[in-house]
Amino acid sequence: MSLNITPDSFYAGLGALIFAGFIALTLAGALLAATSSRLIRSVSGLALSFLGLAGLYYYLNSPFIALMQILIYVGAVCVTIMFAIMLAEITDLPRTMPRALLVAAGSFVAAAVFAIPLILLVRKSAWMPPPAVKANAGAIQDLGRQLLTRYGFVFELISIVLLMAILGALVVARSGRETRS
Amino acid sequence: MTLVDFMNWSQNLNVYLVIGALLFAIGILGFLKHKTLVGMLISGELILAGASLNFMAFGHFRAPDPVTGQAFTLFIIGIAAAEAAIVLSIMIAVYRNYRSIETRDLKELEG
Repeated sequence: MSLNITPDSFYAGLGALIFAGFIALTLAGALLAATSSRLIRSVSGLALSFLGLAGLYYYLNSPFIALMQILIYVGAVCVTIMFAIMLAEITDLPRTMPRALLVAAGSFVAAAVFAIPLILLVRKSAWMPPPAVKANAGAIQDLGRQLLTRYGFVFELISIVLLMAILGALVVARSGRETRS
Repeated sequence: MTLVDFMNWSQNLNVYLVIGALLFAIGILGFLKHKTLVGMLISGELILAGASLNFMAFGHFRAPDPVTGQAFTLFIIGIAAAEAAIVLSIMIAVYRNYRSIETRDLKELEG
């Protein structure tokens, strides 16, 4: 193997390194979110993980989804969860739980039971070959066109679901407020 | 793994599938390990993230129409946002009644 560093190979190597960084960010953030006992750290880990995931989406040739991931997950969902934690004044003092060690070990075993067969399945299975010709480039223009034609009905349904979620959240969180004051 | 493989490993389907499986498993781990409702919500988001990474990877590498995976992921993001709003409002209602969101304290219906 020669080590001729041309501009092309330099950029490819740099891209691969940044890709590795995004993978590490995703998995480390997810581990922090799953294993930390302090909720603030969990939410921060979730935000880190979603940032890394947005980077992976960028490598999958879809910068629009990457932007939406940052905008909605990091900017809205994580901030809302953080807000709820502060609003409820959750004192996350690590209360001793009976059989905490057993629960932790059992969780790890359960996660391994799911992860190891899935990874083996990924390694062994032969997926169907890539299509010879693609219908479009998957660019943002194609996505926008299909969202308003082929997926138009689903698009409208999602907006109804979001409206119902807003109304339901208001109703559920409002109940019991008058009786206590 | 040779150097050329390393340079092209961002264009390998299996890499994304393994990351998706790991995200899913970490979500399961957190779901079982966390003691509070917020922690379980966070872990649920991780599971959804693993699923949408799978959709994106298959859509990019294997689907004849690469828009399909992106559209699915957009819808998953929308559903997850709605779910987070509902769960947080339920959590605030639960907190008003029980003054706690730890799952061990919510045992009024326990037999």
